[in-house]
Amino acid sequence: MKKTLVTSALSAIVLCGSSITQAETGACLITKTDTNPFFVKMKEGANAKAKELGVSLKSYAGKIDGDSESQVAAIETCIADGAKGILITASDTKGIVPAVQQARDAGLLVIALDTPLEPIDAADATFATDNFLAGELIGKWAAASLGGAAKHAKIAMLDLAVSQPSVGVLRDQGFLQGFGIDLGDPNKWGDETDSRIIGHDVTAGNEEGGRKAMENLLVRDPAINVVYTINEPAAAGAYEALKAVDRQDDVLIVSVDGGCPGVQNIQDGIIGATSQQYPLLMASKGIEAIAAWAKDGTKPEPTEGKNFFDTGVSLITDKPAEGVDSIDTKQGLDLCWG
Amino acid sequence: MNSVRPILSAKNIIKRYGNVTALNNADFDLYPGEILAVIGDNGAGKSSLIKALSGAVIPDSGEIILAGKSVQFSSPIDARLAGIETVYQNLALSPALSIADNLFMGREIRHNGILGNIFRKLDKRKMQQIAREKLSELGLLTIQNINQTVETLSGGQRQGIAVARAATFGSKVIIMDEPTAALGVKESRKVLDLIRDVKAKGIPIVLISHNMPHVFEVADRIHIHRLGSRLCEIDPKQHSMSDAVAYMTGAKAPNID
Amino acid sequence: MNEENLNKPQAFEAVLSESDTSTVQFTKKTSFLYSIQKLLHSNPALVPLLVLLASLVIFGAILGNKFFSPFTLTLILQQVAIVGFVGAAQTLVIITAGIDLSVGAIMVLSSVFMGQITFRYGLPAEFAVLCGFIIGGLCGFINGFLVAVIRLPPFIVTLGMWQIVLATNFLYSANETIRSQDIEQHAALLQFFGEKIKIGGAVLTYGVIAMVAVVLILHYILTSTAWGRHVYAIGDDPDAAELAGVKVKKTLISVYVITGLLCSLAGWALIGRIGSISPTAGQFANIESITAVVIGGISLFGGRGSILGMLFGALIVGVFSLGLRLIGTDPQWTYLLIGLLIIVAVAIDQWIRKVAS
Repeated sequence: MKKTLVTSALSAIVLCGSSITQAETGACLITKTDTNPFFVKMKEGANAKAKELGVSLKSYAGKIDGDSESQVAAIETCIADGAKGILITASDTKGIVPAVQQARDAGLLVIALDTPLEPIDAADATFATDNFLAGELIGKWAAASLGGAAKHAKIAMLDLAVSQPSVGVLRDQGFLQGFGIDLGDPNKWGDETDSRIIGHDVTAGNEEGGRKAMENLLVRDPAINVVYTINEPAAAGAYEALKAVDRQDDVLIVSVDGGCPGVQNIQDGIIGATSQQYPLLMASKGIEAIAAWAKDGTKPEPTEGKNFFDTGVSLITDKPAEGVDSIDTKQGLDLCWG
Repeated sequence: MNSVRPILSAKNIIKRYGNVTALNNADFDLYPGEILAVIGDNGAGKSSLIKALSGAVIPDSGEIILAGKSVQFSSPIDARLAGIETVYQNLALSPALSIADNLFMGREIRHNGILGNIFRKLDKRKMQQIAREKLSELGLLTIQNINQTVETLSGGQRQGIAVARAATFGSKVIIMDEPTAALGVKESRKVLDLIRDVKAKGIPIVLISHNMPHVFEVADRIHIHRLGSRLCEIDPKQHSMSDAVAYMTGAKAPNID
Repeated sequence: MNEENLNKPQAFEAVLSESDTSTVQFTKKTSFLYSIQKLLHSNPALVPLLVLLASLVIFGAILGNKFFSPFTLTLILQQVAIVGFVGAAQTLVIITAGIDLSVGAIMVLSSVFMGQITFRYGLPAEFAVLCGFIIGGLCGFINGFLVAVIRLPPFIVTLGMWQIVLATNFLYSANETIRSQDIEQHAALLQFFGEKIKIGGAVLTYGVIAMVAVVLILHYILTSTAWGRHVYAIGDDPDAAELAGVKVKKTLISVYVITGLLCSLAGWALIGRIGSISPTAGQFANIESITAVVIGGISLFGGRGSILGMLFGALIVGVFSLGLRLIGTDPQWTYLLIGLLIIVAVAIDQWIRKVAS
């Protein structure tokens, strides 16, 4: 009892600004960090929808990516707070499962956003981008753009992290499949035998990492002409590295995310194409699901043929390639986040 | 003796710490060219007296007169600027720096001209040369390399460096706080010789020590401090060590001359 | 008693004249190991320099021309340029026996300020750069004031400052990245340190040149000016320095202010390096700078070490990271080896310090 009082008092302090009304349906949004524009946009979407539906939303975040401790504490706070549901992008997809189970046992609806838990059915539902499809789209586009030259492409793979989180693996393998490269084990990258792959390096998903990884791979083979990147900041970094050796104009860079600076970079010809995902939609759909659950106990259904609710992905490019559906950057800018 | 004016004196110094009176109307006189030992039991206030003279403690009331002028020190740096150098018991040396660096710490010499004015370049050669001169003047020639770090020196040699620093800059008075306390027999001997060498240069010395044989060996006069003020000044030639100990512990009253 | 007796040594000391006088002199041990220890003691940057040369030779032997090309070697310089700047700042603080955890955050905040002042308020880039330096200097001054005057431990002060500056950075920037192309068009000055000079295959960015220049200038200041000697003396023993006449508080504050300004310079160079301005950049700059300093043989206990060692330390990390990546090992091996280097470096530091006693 005392602990509950303390935690709710604390959360009230932490969340100064968001009013606490007892009658409203409570919901929680727990993100990996509150610094990444992707999550900022997610929070925006959730807040807007929550206001519309009269849901009282509280947001929590880890201090850094990988900070599972804070996320567990946030789940506990939400249970104590009497919330009806939790939307979570888990930092540790396996480690968070017992805390999620605790919340579900307490009668909360738990929806994984963007990142599926392991196993995926540890959450009541998952609202996410089909990351494999996102990769496949840019892979197909790159192959189609190159045409016959695709056979002799020299590909640099700029991935997320050496721990190979599932998001990174899915996009990487999707790209390779789309490009027409034999995957080996689709659950990890780095085991492919195709000689067109010059190498994989990791970027931590930011500019500095992207530049360094690109530099490293350029030393391995200066003739690289296709660059896959895990996200657009990494792509921007890779571009700087290419610019430093005057290769910026004859290398094809593809990426995934669809953040506004990324889409602008496509407009400026820095990135060839990107697969745009929709964090705002994930969050607003999530809030809707919690509202429905609070009203009459209905649970959201996954997309047909998939084990999660697919919030969609679109290929954005100003140089459409035959056989691959895409939208242009003008449309992309209307839909972008961050 | 009375015809000569003291170089450094203190009159009616009072210093209180809360309810404790450390200095109670204390007087002090140091005459030119002499070695004055200050002795007293623990808690007698001799340490407070020395701190007041070296600027480390600001007295509540009383007057300090240096070379005929009333002075007020708000920090040890003030006292140093006025010509009073103190060799602290912990020596105040930087072990990782060289002998020359230590000797000139806070008083470095810069190059002449643009190098010094604009680039603030230190004239290391000049400082090393002066350091070498000063050390040889004081018979510290066993130190071969002026650039070796102080931490490579023995305790006695370190004391020597600290004394040399004081002697290099102390224009009027040098105060030495327990210079032999941490040293062995042979090193103490060297330091006592050093004290006499400094005296021979004409600089008066205030020596604080617990070691009666050392005090009686080098001091010209002895100031005995008791219960926060000067009990008496004695001539080591007229009194024995046991007399001095008896006065400072209160076992015996001195017969004032 | 007559005077003659008094000025003679006391009777019990008479035997001293016959005793062995060697202890007073500097004892000369001549073993090989001891000579090495002494050599390292007086040349603290020697160990990292040797390690650097050895690692260059080893990776060169394994990788051949791919590694030993002007392009690759200058690439390593480019990759360590930012750590070099921040490491230089960190060196100053660590020589005073402090530590600065806020360096990376101050760097990023400065770069964000430079970007936002140009792009949000439309002010000229020159003014924006100046503001970046002011913010860095101010953060440094606050650190210095709290450490020197309020006498709080540097670890705690800069731990707090790190959080405060990082939060300010995210709040102020609203997590927005400013794109490289926008900067290039409207405020090219911000990318100044990304400009490059090519000599054959070698690529030197202005950032690299400036970083090496900063290290050399600081090396001069630390070894050849009074301020530099005071910085060492404060790290060695602040009380002794104070008594010897060093203005400890003033010097300490100036050290932290210069550290802050160097972080701003690093922030400016960072824009040149990654092209864009990203509030999430440089998250590990504080740890990386401490790593470079420690591998560079600078003592965390203060008062010892050369800033050149820091540069060698940063380069060692750069050579290892790139070399191991080129060999194709898992990047975790890099961290493992760097971890080992850190511990070995500190162990060597302790061993060298024993030369004192």
